[in-house]
Amino acid sequence: MKRGISYTTAFMTLLQRDLRIAIRHRGDIFNPLLFFILVVTLFPLGIGPEPQVLTRVAPGIIWVAALLASMLSLERLFKADYSDGSLEQMLLSPQPLVILVLAKVFAHWILTGVPLILVAPLLAVLLHLDSNSYVALMATLALGTPVLSLLGAIGVALTVGLRKGGVLLSLLILPLYIPVLIFATSAIDSASINLPYTGQLAIIGAMLIGSLIMAPFAIGASLRVSTN
Amino acid sequence: MWKWLNSYADPERSYKLAGTFLPWFVCLAIALIGVGTTWGLLFAPMDYQQGDSFRIIYIHVPAASMSMAAYMGMATASFIGIVWQIKAADWAAASIAPIGAVITFIALFTGAAWGKPMWGTWWVWDARLTSELVLLFLYLGVIALYASFEDKVLAARAAGILAIVGVINIPIIKYSVDWWSSLHQPATIKITEKSTMTGDMLYPLLINIVGFGMMIGAITLVRFRAEVLARNGMRPWVRELATQEVSK
Amino acid sequence: MQFDSMSDFLNMGGYAFYVWLAYGVTFSSLAILIISSARRKRKVLTEIASKQAREEKLKESRGKKQ
Repeated sequence: MKRGISYTTAFMTLLQRDLRIAIRHRGDIFNPLLFFILVVTLFPLGIGPEPQVLTRVAPGIIWVAALLASMLSLERLFKADYSDGSLEQMLLSPQPLVILVLAKVFAHWILTGVPLILVAPLLAVLLHLDSNSYVALMATLALGTPVLSLLGAIGVALTVGLRKGGVLLSLLILPLYIPVLIFATSAIDSASINLPYTGQLAIIGAMLIGSLIMAPFAIGASLRVSTN
Repeated sequence: MWKWLNSYADPERSYKLAGTFLPWFVCLAIALIGVGTTWGLLFAPMDYQQGDSFRIIYIHVPAASMSMAAYMGMATASFIGIVWQIKAADWAAASIAPIGAVITFIALFTGAAWGKPMWGTWWVWDARLTSELVLLFLYLGVIALYASFEDKVLAARAAGILAIVGVINIPIIKYSVDWWSSLHQPATIKITEKSTMTGDMLYPLLINIVGFGMMIGAITLVRFRAEVLARNGMRPWVRELATQEVSK
Repeated sequence: MQFDSMSDFLNMGGYAFYVWLAYGVTFSSLAILIISSARRKRKVLTEIASKQAREEKLKESRGKKQ
């Protein structure tokens, strides 16, 4: 009677489903990206166009914009599934929730994190980022944005059942993002003065692994609370 | 042991137990903070470098250390509430959160008021200051999340998850900022070294730390009792209390 | 006793503003916290009592209709 599917199949099915939905609504991919670019362009207008100043603050600006873009796009991670009831179906399915949650977060990262990483060098050029720092910028973004998606998903899962989640979400998530921000910008700064930055990268990597292991459980528990 | 503990999870018993402990905590807190603060303000010798401004230490350090301790207490209570489904633990966590936020605010504010005459600035992006600020945000997040659910059982569950996730975050923030500022700042400013403290300066500080702990305990008990009543409004013993209160 | 006179104590070796600001804010915010905590119990109980009274009224009016 019970036709079980393997964990891999479950993971891939959900991943493909999320990607397909996102491709049909292309705005979901492009809006966070546009937001990211817009926030970054606001800073030179606000601070002034001196290249030295911009070089100094570029890592921070790019990373803060990435945090905000990731947070804003996360808000929709479970919303649609929650309102049409497919989230409850997922909770009831025989597959472990952890795998399904991981698939959803991974899909979110592919849709928002990867484009962000691809656009970042372009913005770095606009901000006169030090030429030594490009590799570090890409590396920290590659390792850091999945952490942002994973940690942010906890906050989203906690607030999905609430009608006014938006502002609350930022209050919950941003403190959790601070360590990533600190290490990422520190790595880029070290790279700009030709110091080794593998230490910072290793720590971001450790955060990625840690959150990869722990966050899905927290997200699952939060989803169970929110849907109740 | 387990059965004995579970019997205290009954709302009425935990309410009464909190009531019996409350006067002890209140008396100890008032006595300790009174002695510690008077001793610190009037009798402790002056610091030869910082002059009398160091007397802020007698509220700053207790508040700072207790802000962390209160967070751990809240997270432990949430953990117990989530894992063993003990509602009294959830209520305890919900009652600690606002107290912790106030204590953290006090630690930050007194730190700023001490920093201004000593370092010449109200605020430095130093490791301790930043991690304390993040702690305040974590508290506020827990409070906001707890307040935004109508169903308080769910609210406690959700806020509890957040509190537990925040615990993992605290050491990360502490060490990450240590590293971060050591790269950017020339030598972070150390708060008083332990070895330079004589007994006369140290004892009132220790007394005040314990006193602040007792005070947090006392306020927690007060809030806990109110929380128990609020969550059990339908039970007959609470209704009886309510009628007594109104007819008073 | 570290201070010779009351004014000496209040002066705090020239740091009066900072010391008294810190102590003042600490104890006033604690006082606000304690008072609001202490009032909560009464507030909760009166709320419960008024809810109870409402329910009884509803019951009575229903009883009259029948």
